[in-house]
Amino acid sequence: MGLLTSRMGTAAIVERRNLWFLLSLLLILPGILLMAWRGVTGNSLLPLSIDYTGGVQWEIRFDEPASPEAVRAILLRAGLADTTAFQVQDDRTVQLKLKAIDNQVKERLEGEIEAEIGPFDEQFFRNIGPAIGSEVSRAAGLAILVAVVGILIYITAAFRHLNHATRYGACAVFALAHDVLVTLSFISIMSLVSAWEVDALFLTAVLTVIGFSVNDTIVVFDRIRENQRRYQGEPFARIANRSLVETLQRSLATQVTALLVLVAILILGGATLQQFMATLIVGLVSGTYSSLCNATPILVAWEERRFLVKADVADPVPVPAA
Amino acid sequence: MRSNPLSLLLTVLLAAAALYVALPLDHLPGLESALGTPEEPRDLRDLVRGLDLQGGTQILLEADLPADTEIPEGSMATARIIVENRVNSLGVTEPAVQGQGTRRIIVELPGIDNPEQAIETLRSTGQLEFIDPGDAQLLSGYIINTTNRPTASADAMTAMAAGVMDPAPVPFPDRVFETAMTGDVLNDAVPGLDDTTGLWQINFELAGDGSDQFFNYTQANVGRPMPIVLDGVVLSAPIINAAIRDIGVISGDFTEEEARSLAIQMRYGALPVPLQVVDVRTIGATLGQESVSRSLIAGQVGLLMVLLFMLVIYRLPGLLACLALVIYVALNVAVFKLVPVTLTLPGIAGFLLSIGMAVDANILIFERLREELRAGRSLRLAIRTGFNRAWPAIRDGNLSTLISCAVLFWFGSNFGASVVKGFALTLAIGVVLSMFTAVLVTRTFLQTFLTLTAGVEDDSRRLLVGH
Repeated sequence: MGLLTSRMGTAAIVERRNLWFLLSLLLILPGILLMAWRGVTGNSLLPLSIDYTGGVQWEIRFDEPASPEAVRAILLRAGLADTTAFQVQDDRTVQLKLKAIDNQVKERLEGEIEAEIGPFDEQFFRNIGPAIGSEVSRAAGLAILVAVVGILIYITAAFRHLNHATRYGACAVFALAHDVLVTLSFISIMSLVSAWEVDALFLTAVLTVIGFSVNDTIVVFDRIRENQRRYQGEPFARIANRSLVETLQRSLATQVTALLVLVAILILGGATLQQFMATLIVGLVSGTYSSLCNATPILVAWEERRFLVKADVADPVPVPAA
Repeated sequence: MRSNPLSLLLTVLLAAAALYVALPLDHLPGLESALGTPEEPRDLRDLVRGLDLQGGTQILLEADLPADTEIPEGSMATARIIVENRVNSLGVTEPAVQGQGTRRIIVELPGIDNPEQAIETLRSTGQLEFIDPGDAQLLSGYIINTTNRPTASADAMTAMAAGVMDPAPVPFPDRVFETAMTGDVLNDAVPGLDDTTGLWQINFELAGDGSDQFFNYTQANVGRPMPIVLDGVVLSAPIINAAIRDIGVISGDFTEEEARSLAIQMRYGALPVPLQVVDVRTIGATLGQESVSRSLIAGQVGLLMVLLFMLVIYRLPGLLACLALVIYVALNVAVFKLVPVTLTLPGIAGFLLSIGMAVDANILIFERLREELRAGRSLRLAIRTGFNRAWPAIRDGNLSTLISCAVLFWFGSNFGASVVKGFALTLAIGVVLSMFTAVLVTRTFLQTFLTLTAGVEDDSRRLLVGH
């Protein structure tokens, strides 16, 4: 890792921001396009789970292998038109999604399924009313907003002694907005690939990513705060770049340890947590990337009052003394 | 910076205490009863498992009134008490009933994986009756049949045989007692103190139409008992002393608690607010068991890889960080047991993720340490400045994660999303403890290393620090 840092020392991260901004755009764009497409075709922007829409999620494991289609046929016959059924974990376990039902209907369905297909165990049953679902959606939006505003205020306060303290907060928020968009992009793609849905745990993942992304950004900004005192008179871009390079090893080491834990849960932790973990992993990687390649370059761009770097006028940032 | 024997002692004691609480062994009975009550000492052998880990049903009940209706003060609390009584009658081990916000009640029934019957019991309106006991002597707690509820005894015996209801006396399984009046005749019932005897009693008030009916019945039956029955269970069997019109008193050997509970049951035999089920979640016991064993394996593998990584990259400080990490894990588990925190599957994920945070604090410190060494400082000075300079970043970064946790906790508490709440709580506890271990434990270890190797040349000590 030491080798890595010394090589990166020659690379001026903030001067390559055109590349980083383009890369971010490419990561975010699929999600935005997919959401726009869903919006135009009259769907909700994201595929929402019953946590937000209300309905039933029901997972049963038969004693013998059973086909999801056979179970679905029984429910369709009972007039539950919007039912989907698919296999999860093994060929004995079937997950069903349908609109909210009451107890009598459920008991009757259980009887019919057992009679026609065979005995089963109920693994999981969730029945949530539509009203509370839409209330949860509103609160989820509010939760993200409150978290973002709280963090913005906190960073502005923590960096209040620097010039343009609000810019630090704003840049941290840009970076976390980037990470939220990347996770949205990820879930949009995964909803096409393997029918993933946005559930309560997705919101949890997003808010965790927000917390961690800001954490990474703060480590870099903290170093800028310190280096500004130490290297007074140096151009801001150079101080920012120096700070990035100095904190790079820590950012990568932290990233690796968090990933070690998360990947272990993703692979070994079972199906219940898989979607949550995958979202967290994508979000955390994006969080570290955006702190290095978005938050700080945007801060520099703001200070220099030029967003993109033009090749012909770019004066290379001198390499900081190692 | 001199090595401080006091902080080393403190670290060792803390680690020992945390390990003692965290390990699944028999703990001192004194400690367990001090945490719980002497009758019901808290079991420290195991962590409290959430429904998703042990299997069971969670039911979210909501006041079935339009959203803009003002719910009278205290009526949700009363509804909660009644629901709690009904839950207890289900005979589930360690059920939990909690109010949530102003309109909701959350009920957790561990081990129940067939919730249909439980839901019916919770939602039933409940019926209060005054009955004519005939020649039978009825005591409170008896289950009897009444005109309005002729199968109460048989239902109760079936439930008891199935083990879903606590045993209760059913002395007259074949007899149906005549309902004299229903709870409709009552207007109000409140607990109060008798002015002369100073004993607790229930003062009740009759409703307009019921007043005459009550007067006629009590006049004809002075000297006889008039049992009060709720859903087939005898609540109390007071003797009629005189004919009663408009207002009356039930006196007896009541404690304050009994008088209050009887008054509530008389007043609200039916729930004071209609409740509807808005969210039911059932997790089978096998799925819960699988989740426990899987997350245990995942956690062990994850932790082991982190320990290895730290050792390889940071050598001796890495080893010290590993020790600190083991203490950190023990501290976390100890806090989970002492609070106690109910562990859910996302809660375990939050805890494991906080291990990443704990390591991060150490990494920040060690990277700083290396930089200071590279800048040519002596080892002793490098350790001190390393700590001091790493601290603002650790503090600011962790506080922003805590802000996210607080928001998540609020969200989880308001919508019965206990999965979200569990994650936020364990992550927050982990973040706070990680700051603590980074400052106290890792620092003390490094200082001790300096003291122990005081005679060794600085160059060879630097080698150990990975410079």
